[in-house]
Amino acid sequence: MFGRLTSLQDSLLDEFWRLHQEMDEMLGDGLSSAGGIRSAPRGTFPAVNVIQTPAEVQVYLFAPGVDPKKLDVSVQRGLLTVSGERKIPVHDEATYYRQERFSGEFRRAISLGDDVDPDKVEAKYRDGILQIQVRRRESAKPRQIEIH
Amino acid sequence: MARNVSEVAAPESKGGAVQQTRGRTEAGMRAPVDIYEDGEGITLEADMPGVSRERLDVRVDGDTLLLEGNVQFELPKDAEAMYADVRSTVYRRSFVLSRELETSNIQATLKDGVLTVRIPKRAELRPRRIEVRTA
Repeated sequence: MFGRLTSLQDSLLDEFWRLHQEMDEMLGDGLSSAGGIRSAPRGTFPAVNVIQTPAEVQVYLFAPGVDPKKLDVSVQRGLLTVSGERKIPVHDEATYYRQERFSGEFRRAISLGDDVDPDKVEAKYRDGILQIQVRRRESAKPRQIEIH
Repeated sequence: MARNVSEVAAPESKGGAVQQTRGRTEAGMRAPVDIYEDGEGITLEADMPGVSRERLDVRVDGDTLLLEGNVQFELPKDAEAMYADVRSTVYRRSFVLSRELETSNIQATLKDGVLTVRIPKRAELRPRRIEVRTA
């Protein structure tokens, strides 16, 4: 057996769950995504999680079996767009029982907010997850004001 | 033609396979799969993004093939969630294998979050090619 995930991850996933439920209740499902008008229906490939801190926004795209060189990532006016292709070869001589995995071109657009800096974007691909880190502009970060 | 691999409807709750987290049962996400058969055996491919080799478990228990993986991704300490399609950290799926498959010789590979499981047919049950000689 393998160990449990860290408690930080557990609590964050609980947080994901809670927030999503709240949004579902408020808006009704289908309007609940951060992408708003550009959001994709449930089950769209690749699945997306977005988290934020005062300094940055992190986007996780669950895109297994994708060649990272063929991914196109861009940030323009607070909108992150990721497009690419996953072509699953079909074995003509084989008998298929299930074909549930996505094959083809994909594109997802995620609204990050107006305060992100399009020049400070980092992306890495590991174990089938594309992680994109976008920093907020310095001026947009909340500052602690000291009281004397 | 009879199907060689059939899915187990619900994961069995033995050996701690179903985790109980704070009163909510973590049933696990259904990893999408492709399953196909050729003369030599059956191949199963499953999408399990975020699962590393150390957090993947491929097991045969009797005639049941169980796939289980835990997602791990880096998160900053002070993070708060904005949006989530993925709301679990566990993938789990199981299939019942038929008898002509050689369960002792299953090979599994994991690359970029895609698990490939190769289940060979027993040698004596593989279709044999009969050579036709010219007279």
